Amino acid sequence: MNSDKITKYFLFAGSLLILVVAGGMVFSLVGGAIPAFHKFGWHFIVSSDWNPTEGRENYGALPFIAGTLITSVLALLISIPMAFSTSLFVAEYFRKTPVASVLSSLVDLLAGIPSIVYGLWGFYTLRPFIMHLGLSPQGFGVFTSGIILAIMIIPYATSLSNEIITMVPNELKEAAYSLGATRLEVIFNVIVPNARSGIVASYILAFGRALGETMAVTMLIGNDNKIPHSLFDTGNTMASVIANQFGEADGLKLSSLIAIGLLLFIITALVNTAGKFIIKRLS
Amino acid sequence: MKVTTIRDNSNARNTKNNIFLGVVIFFSLLTVLPIILIVGELVVKGIGQINLSFFTEIAPDTLQAMVAKANGETIPGGIANGITGSLLIVALAAVIAIPFGIITGVYLYETPGKRYSNLIRDIADVLQGVPSIVLGLIVYLWVVKHITHSYSALAGSVSLAIMMLPLIIRSTEETLKMIPGTLKEAAVALGVPYHKIILRVLIPSSFSGLLTGILISISRILGETAPLMLTTLGNPRINWDITHPTSAVPLLIWQFYNDPNMVELIWSSSLFLMGFVLTLNIISKRISAKHSIN
Repeated sequence: MNSDKITKYFLFAGSLLILVVAGGMVFSLVGGAIPAFHKFGWHFIVSSDWNPTEGRENYGALPFIAGTLITSVLALLISIPMAFSTSLFVAEYFRKTPVASVLSSLVDLLAGIPSIVYGLWGFYTLRPFIMHLGLSPQGFGVFTSGIILAIMIIPYATSLSNEIITMVPNELKEAAYSLGATRLEVIFNVIVPNARSGIVASYILAFGRALGETMAVTMLIGNDNKIPHSLFDTGNTMASVIANQFGEADGLKLSSLIAIGLLLFIITALVNTAGKFIIKRLS
Repeated sequence: MKVTTIRDNSNARNTKNNIFLGVVIFFSLLTVLPIILIVGELVVKGIGQINLSFFTEIAPDTLQAMVAKANGETIPGGIANGITGSLLIVALAAVIAIPFGIITGVYLYETPGKRYSNLIRDIADVLQGVPSIVLGLIVYLWVVKHITHSYSALAGSVSLAIMMLPLIIRSTEETLKMIPGTLKEAAVALGVPYHKIILRVLIPSSFSGLLTGILISISRILGETAPLMLTTLGNPRINWDITHPTSAVPLLIWQFYNDPNMVELIWSSSLFLMGFVLTLNIISKRISAKHSIN
């Protein structure tokens, strides 16, 4: 065998690692979740009872699935006006000006702040503010978590949309201007229709980020194993319940937490694949 | 003869236009506000605690902190066990992820159209989106339960390495794609063996891009807390043994946050952690700006 072939096989062998890791992940999650699904069946997903008392153990993931979806959707709704405005500011209104580059590097900073630091800021600054507004007695809950998540995902929502908005051909915009369109009309009749799928894809990917966020949510959601009934109610997410309950878990409880991990894995994988699929269709 | 009057609504349209600009500026400033508030709060509250012993001494225990607080003194000790632990865990993660990431990236670049390459690329994309807490769970099952039989630095490194791997793979491939194909063709024409083309042509000419990708991936994992809670647990002392529980800066922050006596220490530790992450980010941006191929 000549050396070129050896090199080729060497590269191929190296690329197997990620395949093995991904396969092993699915294998371990499914294997670890089997006892829980075997015991509870489909009730695991639709039951909202979480009872670790020995002898009457019963685990249902519905409150956490609901908590994850509610906080993430709320985060997305809050972040869209901010992310969209920032994108227009950076990629359209003040394109290539120093103020735009300052804004976009500040937004990049957001991506560099660790999750636990967001949690601390939410706990010591945002939570008292929510209490001060009289929205909730302790300041914990879905709303507080949603705001923090919204701030955390803004850089993910803007980075791709900025690029897409910049790529809208100038000729199209100029044509609209020459017909007498105002900037606002150009934005909503030329830029948004042209960049729509890219913008949607970036918001989907940002949503995927929110689904899996752990530390900040754990510190702010109130860690209550029930379906939140209002925006200011406490709850728990799939990620936060794993972080909270893992320390004392074994047996059926550990298996239930792994099953929640598996569900979270599936949901985030689906959301991310949808986002990437749209991006791939673009290019 | 009929006269059509065209209603002049340009005033209304201009007003709308201006209002929208105002809205955009308002929301953009609203986006900047939390960044300034967070960084400002950390600097104001944290800078006072940072001194030499912050870097050289290990974290105090609850009792020491309580006594110091009762006497109105600043809490003694530092976060040396966290800093050394973070260094150990992150360095080991990098040692695992960088070679495999670069090899896989080179492989993808060399075999672009193959179905297997597309599969690897898709897997890297999915892996990049897996929540870090899920990675913690999995590595707990793999390493903590079956390899080290206790919480360990190695387990933390493996979970962080899995986070780094897809980032390095994709950045390596993207960087290699930007090298002019003529460079490689020239080497091939000279009869250079394949492995030497990779080691002497591809990697050196894409070095700054690879470095940027590595630094960015390290800055992503430095602040990770959730997977470490499930894998390395924490350690009150400095530990260099990769099979033992180890502390890390984010773990210490979590520990301080949960202990009413040590809560004051969270600001300095967070300031340190964020400063480190942001510095890495800025360095990597500088490198990529300096060496970008235009």
